[in-house]
Amino acid sequence: MGYRTQITMKQTYIYEDNIISSLGFTTQENIESIRSNAIGIRITDDPLLYPRPVPLSKVDPAALETRFNAICEQHKRSVAPDSFTRLEKLLITSIREVIHRDDLNPYHPKTLLILSTTKGNIDLLEERYKAKFNHKRLYLWELARIVQTFFGFVNTPVIISNACISGVLALITASRYIQSGTYDDVVVAGGDIVSEFVIAGFQSFQALSPDPCKPFDQNRSGLSQGEAAGAIHLSSRKPVGNSRMVTLAGGATTNDANHISGPSRTGQELSLAMDRALQQAGIDASALNYIAAHGTATAYNDEMEAKAIALSKAEQVPVSSQKGYWGHTLGAAGIIESAVAVASMRNNQLYRSAGFETPGVTIPLNILTEHRDAEVDQVLKSASGFGGCNAAVVFKKI
Amino acid sequence: MRQFITAYTLIDGFKCMVNGRLLFYQENILTFADFIKALYKQEQVNYPKFYKMDALGKLGFIASELLLRNKDIKSYPPELTGVVLSNSSSSLDTDIAHNETIRNREHYFPSPSVFVYTLPNIVIGEICIRNGIKGENAFLVSESFNSELIAGYVTDLFSRELVKGCLCGWIEVLGNRCEAFLAWVENQADVAETKPGPFNPVPFDAEHLKLLKNQNDR
Amino acid sequence: MEELIEKLKKEVIEQLNLEDIKPEDINPDSPLFGEGLGLDSIDALELIVLLEKNYGIKIEDPKDGKKIFFSIRSMAEYITANKK
Repeated sequence: MGYRTQITMKQTYIYEDNIISSLGFTTQENIESIRSNAIGIRITDDPLLYPRPVPLSKVDPAALETRFNAICEQHKRSVAPDSFTRLEKLLITSIREVIHRDDLNPYHPKTLLILSTTKGNIDLLEERYKAKFNHKRLYLWELARIVQTFFGFVNTPVIISNACISGVLALITASRYIQSGTYDDVVVAGGDIVSEFVIAGFQSFQALSPDPCKPFDQNRSGLSQGEAAGAIHLSSRKPVGNSRMVTLAGGATTNDANHISGPSRTGQELSLAMDRALQQAGIDASALNYIAAHGTATAYNDEMEAKAIALSKAEQVPVSSQKGYWGHTLGAAGIIESAVAVASMRNNQLYRSAGFETPGVTIPLNILTEHRDAEVDQVLKSASGFGGCNAAVVFKKI
Repeated sequence: MRQFITAYTLIDGFKCMVNGRLLFYQENILTFADFIKALYKQEQVNYPKFYKMDALGKLGFIASELLLRNKDIKSYPPELTGVVLSNSSSSLDTDIAHNETIRNREHYFPSPSVFVYTLPNIVIGEICIRNGIKGENAFLVSESFNSELIAGYVTDLFSRELVKGCLCGWIEVLGNRCEAFLAWVENQADVAETKPGPFNPVPFDAEHLKLLKNQNDR
Repeated sequence: MEELIEKLKKEVIEQLNLEDIKPEDINPDSPLFGEGLGLDSIDALELIVLLEKNYGIKIEDPKDGKKIFFSIRSMAEYITANKK
């Protein structure tokens, strides 16, 4: 596939999206759960996941089985549902929803799948799965191939594995491909599962909260592990009709160059990513209606992010972290949280920052404490991750 | 504006070449650990944090260190310098090590210094910290080195003027098998100012990336 | 106590991958963090793992770490007082 270096300034339109999380199997279900103040993080006692009870946000396994089995039955080739790993079921179910609703043709040569995941099928390292699945499935390109083959995408999926900014970076990459004319339609899908591997790791960092996480709160004490899958269809094709469309108008990544796990103390570099995204979108920070923050609820992340928001002169903008609803979903986070941001724009509604009660960062921010109707035309989504990476993306209604 | 590759490192098996010149090859080395340590010592790299890195980190760090040695990286604006890397096994080498610390509930001691490396982009972090690089960064995974993917991604960054210089390539290690190919890419205008060296800059595109990487296969 | 201090020095070097440092390079009373060994936040967490793995001592509040891990000697004293 040749690459065009000319930027033709094509718009990146956001079409259908899907969220699968502890709060539901469609974006609508998730938004309804959020509106009703449901929290998907529950204290879970599963010795196979962790020696002690720990707050987790898990997708209902029985409901996933039912949906996935139905999808397999409708598939034109005969596919055995249990030949897929849990993450594959999540991703396929999510992607299928988007493809179906937009009647998208995956076989088209100018259609691409971009996959965002931090650990892929990492649960296959466990004894209980070793016999069931080939070791090869641990490779992200094999995971991607399974998903690609299910739908018949003709182009090799692009796989992004860049810690917690993976989802946002995948969306930025999609928009860059569309703007340059390399692809006309891109499905960006992301997912990560809850696993003993990741829980143990975050615990060794003392980064897990003993209770459901409280982003930006004075009493925040760490993140809550969550699993999810999400998919968003981006396209260069101008939609028919008169209603306003959400577009992805700008995006950038930066690196703190400070420490591999601790964030920058100044927030300068995240602010730079935000500024670049705003610049590309042609808007001022003061014109933003909402910031969908990364807000993991660790002491350092939320503080750094607050500083970045202030450096970018956006401390007045209503801001929330959605992680209070479904925890930190790693490779899915950037996608499902962007999907909620887009839903906010479509519904003209802002949703409260769950888990937040008392301001706990040194910069006064405009943190959403209740759901409310509002004109939401311009939104910024930010993310930061291990390795010092930062990403920001701007959605704009046109 | 076109871009050029003006320096590159190639590590294949336990052999290391920089800008087409053989820098290191010792026949009696059997493990990756011994190889990378011997290379570190031979080239007199002085960076104690090296010993805390995992295999992927060490490989990427050394490859970039040797490449950038003859480049004045500080002359490129840090916010306009990028790093785009890729590999096949992601962080599987360290994933296995982390899994070992938790497999047995009787001896369950997860280690943060191991866990942090169970993300492939950490090697980008190490390179950025060492060189003060703050611009665009991304880690991609593909079954084998995809020169079109990398050339396309990086060329796009230059077209958007998001970078003035970019490190890109392939850093792959699993057990004792390792492979690294790192190229330094910059704008044609900046190349003209570079003093002539042992390596003639080549145009930056998929074809030339593939050519440089596959040199050893002749 | 001196035996424990020597043992700890070796364990710290190993746990923190301080490859170019020898036990005799470490002054048991010098601060571990700040100057000297250049330890960071991950090292602080690793020392918590070391205490649990090698001595069965669990530190519940990482904020206590500052006092306990001030120096090799303060670590040795803490271990002596708390070892199971």
